Amino acid sequence: MQIFSCPFCGDRPEAEFHFAGELGKVRPDTVAQVDPDDWAGYLYAQRNEKGPVREVWMHMTCSELFMMERDSVTMAVLSSKSLRKVAP
Amino acid sequence: MSRHYSALSVLREGLRGNRGWTKAWRSPRPKSSYDAVVIGGGGHGLATAYYLAKNHGITNVAVLEKGWLGGGNTGRNTTVIRSNYFYPESAALYDLSVRLYEKLSRDLNYNVMFSQRGMVVTAHSEPEMEMAARQVNAMRLNGVDAELLDREQVRKLVPILNFGPDMRHPVQGGVLQPRAGTGRHDAVAWGYARAADAAGVDIIQNCEVLDFIIEGGRCVGVHTSQGDIRAGVVGAAVAGHSSALVAKAGLDLPITSYALQAFVSEPLKPVLDTVVLCPPFGTYLSQSDKGGLVIGGGLDRVPSYGQRGNMPVQEHILAGLVEMMPALAKVKLLRHWAGIVDVTPDSSPILGPSGLDGLMLNCGWGTGGFKAIPAGGYLFAHLLATGAHHEISRPFDRDRFVTGRLIDEGAASGIAH
Repeated sequence: MQIFSCPFCGDRPEAEFHFAGELGKVRPDTVAQVDPDDWAGYLYAQRNEKGPVREVWMHMTCSELFMMERDSVTMAVLSSKSLRKVAP
Repeated sequence: MSRHYSALSVLREGLRGNRGWTKAWRSPRPKSSYDAVVIGGGGHGLATAYYLAKNHGITNVAVLEKGWLGGGNTGRNTTVIRSNYFYPESAALYDLSVRLYEKLSRDLNYNVMFSQRGMVVTAHSEPEMEMAARQVNAMRLNGVDAELLDREQVRKLVPILNFGPDMRHPVQGGVLQPRAGTGRHDAVAWGYARAADAAGVDIIQNCEVLDFIIEGGRCVGVHTSQGDIRAGVVGAAVAGHSSALVAKAGLDLPITSYALQAFVSEPLKPVLDTVVLCPPFGTYLSQSDKGGLVIGGGLDRVPSYGQRGNMPVQEHILAGLVEMMPALAKVKLLRHWAGIVDVTPDSSPILGPSGLDGLMLNCGWGTGGFKAIPAGGYLFAHLLATGAHHEISRPFDRDRFVTGRLIDEGAASGIAH
């Protein structure tokens, strides 16, 4: 069992976490006309990188989404960071 | 010299001290250019080279493999061959594969040990029985053999399943595909390699593709660890590493790579003569000719390029096995491994143009690439030779992600991933 780190709950077993997607996708502005290729790219294209990756994960027991940096070959977890905006 | 494999050649070589056997394929140095270069010396790549020669008369072909033949997913799967899919497009594709497998040993003069022992997918509730009937009807409409089984028929076929009152999800019935079965995965790679080599194809191992040679917006070859190789057309059949490969050409794919685990137990006396999948437990298995139980299940849920599995999924699959067949609870595992599979959003493969002129794709088979090797090679050879789709591969072009015509077998035939 690998240990992942939730920024809110600390170190927890991997089975409590859910992969939510790659970090950094921006939803096209659907108020304007969206090119079908751009929309398909947003929906389906993945960088699927080999090596260091930055992903969005959910810690299912506390329902928080956060950014996790890991290595997709060694599976080492490099960092976990909250995605919450800091309150003004 | 014994090039042809037969009972007679075994006898003749036995009498001559087995000195006349030749290597199954050559290991040539790569030439500077070929009519077609196939990247990936797994089942799909080797089958593609074979069908380029056999169906299209194109023999000036190289297969480039960065490791050894069949060392990726071809040698890591659970050897199941089946075509129990839902949509007509999938049935046409996977049943072509089963039909090619049925004649493959004779075609290749190499025993791939395709054993059509049947596959049972169990159903465990009244709604699941209704879905099973729907599946059987869909398969029959698509011209694929299928039978709906009741509980007693499943018990007769798979007596080792738990039919006791303590079963968490009691078996109600199931779907049988009698023509499904298992094959010898290494033999598929070796048989295609030997037959392609005999037709003149150069199979080059330990040759890693480092980058693509792109001139005037067209892929005209590859930079490799053994020098530059120019090509009339380049085909990529590299499964879980497809994204990493085409990223060198600036392309992206609708693919996420995951580890898929498999297990083999210590050899047992015969306990199971079919392939059985119990969907509620997420576990399936068959018994090999050596007696080992070959066990598989769902994906690890962590995207990965590390060719090894994680513990939570291992525990889930083996717990499922114990629930399905409590008699096997004390069986010990011999080996356990994982391969990196290329999963698409609709659990269907991608065949066709990559988006870069001169580069074609055969990928996205996800968890089901082995069963599709003959069809994947057959159709990919057609694409490389003619530059156009075969009617069976057309629906699997990557343009379906733009047009929205997905072939969602993940949802339709209830495959677990």
